[in-house]
Amino acid sequence: MILRGEGLTVRYPGAALPALQGVDCAVAPGHLLAVVGPNGSGKSTLLRALLGLAALEAGSVSLKGRPFGGWRRPEVAALVGVVSQREDILFSLSVEETVLMARYARLGPLAPARMEDRAAVRRALERCDAWSLCERRTDTLSGGEWQRVRVARALAQEPEALLLDEPTVALDVRHEMEVFELVRALTDGGLGALVITHHLNLAARYADSLLLLDEGRVVAHGTPGEVLREPVLSSVFRWPVAVTPWRDGSPQLVPLRPGEGQAG
Amino acid sequence: MTTRQWGALLAGTILALIAGVSVGAVDIDWRGVAGALSAAPTGEAALVRYLRMPRVVLAFLVGGALSVAGASLQALVRNPLADPYLVGLSGGAGLGAVLAIALHLGGPWAVPLAAFAGALGAVAVVYRLSVVAGRRLDPHILLLGGVVVGAFAGSLMSAVITLASASELRSAMLWLLGGFGMASWPAVAVFASYALVPLGLLVGSARGLDLLTLGEENAQYLGADVEALKRRVYLSVAALTGAAVAVSGIIGFVGLVVPHVMRRWGVPLHRQLLPAAFLAGGAFLVLSDLIARSLFRPLELPVGVVTALIGVPIFALQLRKSLR
Repeated sequence: MILRGEGLTVRYPGAALPALQGVDCAVAPGHLLAVVGPNGSGKSTLLRALLGLAALEAGSVSLKGRPFGGWRRPEVAALVGVVSQREDILFSLSVEETVLMARYARLGPLAPARMEDRAAVRRALERCDAWSLCERRTDTLSGGEWQRVRVARALAQEPEALLLDEPTVALDVRHEMEVFELVRALTDGGLGALVITHHLNLAARYADSLLLLDEGRVVAHGTPGEVLREPVLSSVFRWPVAVTPWRDGSPQLVPLRPGEGQAG
Repeated sequence: MTTRQWGALLAGTILALIAGVSVGAVDIDWRGVAGALSAAPTGEAALVRYLRMPRVVLAFLVGGALSVAGASLQALVRNPLADPYLVGLSGGAGLGAVLAIALHLGGPWAVPLAAFAGALGAVAVVYRLSVVAGRRLDPHILLLGGVVVGAFAGSLMSAVITLASASELRSAMLWLLGGFGMASWPAVAVFASYALVPLGLLVGSARGLDLLTLGEENAQYLGADVEALKRRVYLSVAALTGAAVAVSGIIGFVGLVVPHVMRRWGVPLHRQLLPAAFLAGGAFLVLSDLIARSLFRPLELPVGVVTALIGVPIFALQLRKSLR
C-alpha cells in the first residue's frame, strides 16, 4: 500500500457538519481507484486530507506504512504526484521549464538540473504524447495540451502514486478518453492511481474500484458493478437514473427525464 | 536566459556605473575616473572618490535590492503588479523619518534609523494581520493589510507634517521622495553588509519562488515547504525594503517595473530572474539618479520622481502588451 487514510474526518472552521467523516481510502500499486460523488460530497477534501493539506479532526494517513507527518514535503513529492483541479498560469514558461519543476524536490536550492532530470522530463512528456510541445510557452497551449503537460509534470516526479482531481474538466471526448487511457496504462505499469471524477461511465470502464461519497461519508465502496446501482445513485445524486451494462459488462448510467420512470 | 542576454545586461550595467561616476556638476571623462582610483585624493579625485562613487554604488545596491525584493514579492503574492512598498513599508518608514525630522533627533543616522524602525513596525502589524489561525501566512491579506497599514501611517505622517514648521516640512518632503544626496562610504558599507543576508535568503529560495507562482497547493505537491518558504520570503523582502528606505527614502516603481520587464525579456525562472533583476535594477537606479541630479543643474530632483516618470510609461506599455 502506498498511501492509506483511515477514519479520515475533516471539519472546516466554522462549519457545522464535517466535510469528511470517517472515510477509509487506500492507493495501492497497480490499482486505479475512482472517487465519485455529487458536488460538495468531500472528494477534493479527501485528496487534501490524504496529502496533509487538510487538518484532521480524527483518523490518520500513512505513506509507505509510515505516518504521513513523519515525511518531509520533498520526500512526499518523490513518492506521490498530484494533478490538482486548477492551476492558473501567472508567468508563462516553456513546457520544459514547467515540467522540470517536478525535479526541484530532488535538486538542492541552487544545483542545476542534471542529465537524469532532463531525461525524466523527456520520458514523462513522451509518455503523455506531449514531447512535441516541449518548446511551447504554457500560455499558448490548448486546454487538452495543458492538462497533458500537467500530468507529465506529475509523472516527471517519478512517483509511485498518482492522484488526479477532475483531470478531464473542460476536455472534449477525445482528450477525456486520452487522459483515462493514459492513467489506465500507467496503472497497468504498476503505478497506484486515484482519480476524482464526475464521469461515472468512464470510471466504471477504467477503474478497478469506486469510492462513492455523499455528504462526507462513504456510501459505497467496491467494484463498479457493486457501487453503480440504480437505487444508490438515484438517492445520492437526488435524480432518477437507470443503469444498463455496456458491451464490456461495465455498468453505464443514464439519467432519466421526468416522466421516464424506471422503465428504461 | 541566453549568454548573449547576460552579456548585454552586464555591459549595460558597467556603462551605467561609469556614466554615473562621470556625469554631474563637474563632468569627468573616463581617464579622470580611472585616475581618481589611483591618484592621491585631492580636487577632482576626491570628488569622485568620496562623493560620486559612494553615491553611485549606493544607488546601484539599493536599485538591485528593491528589484530583487519586488520580484520575490510578486511571486509570493502571485501578483505581477506588486511593489515592495505595497506591504505597508513606505508608510511606516515615512512616519518614522518624519517624526525624527519633526523632533529634531540629532546625528546623521537618526532619520535612517527612525525610518527603518517605522518600516519594521509597519511590517510587524501587517504580518500579524496576515497570519491566520496562528500559522498560515495569507498573501492576499498581506497585500490588503499592507495597503491599509500604509494608509494609516500615511495619514499620521500628514498630521505630523502639517503641524511642523516650514523648513522641517521641506526636508521631510524631500526625504520622502527619495535621493542619494547623503550617500557616503559608511552608508554603503552598512547597507551592503546588512542586505547580504536577505538577498542570500531570497536567492536560496529561487526554486521555491518558481513553485509558488503555480499556487500554494501545487507548490506543496511539488515538494515546497510552503509556510516556511512564505515567511522566509516575506521577512527578507521586508528587511531589504526597510533598509533601502532607510538609506535613500522612498523610491517607487523600481521594484515593480524592473522585475516585470525582465520577465517579459524572457527570464521567468527566479534562479536567473533574481540576479538579472539585481543588475538591471541597480543600473536603472544609477541612471535615474544621474538624470535627477543633472537635468536641472544645479538643482536636484528627488530620484523617486524620476523613477516614477520613467517607470510609469514603461509599465503602461508593458500592461498594454500583456493585455493584447
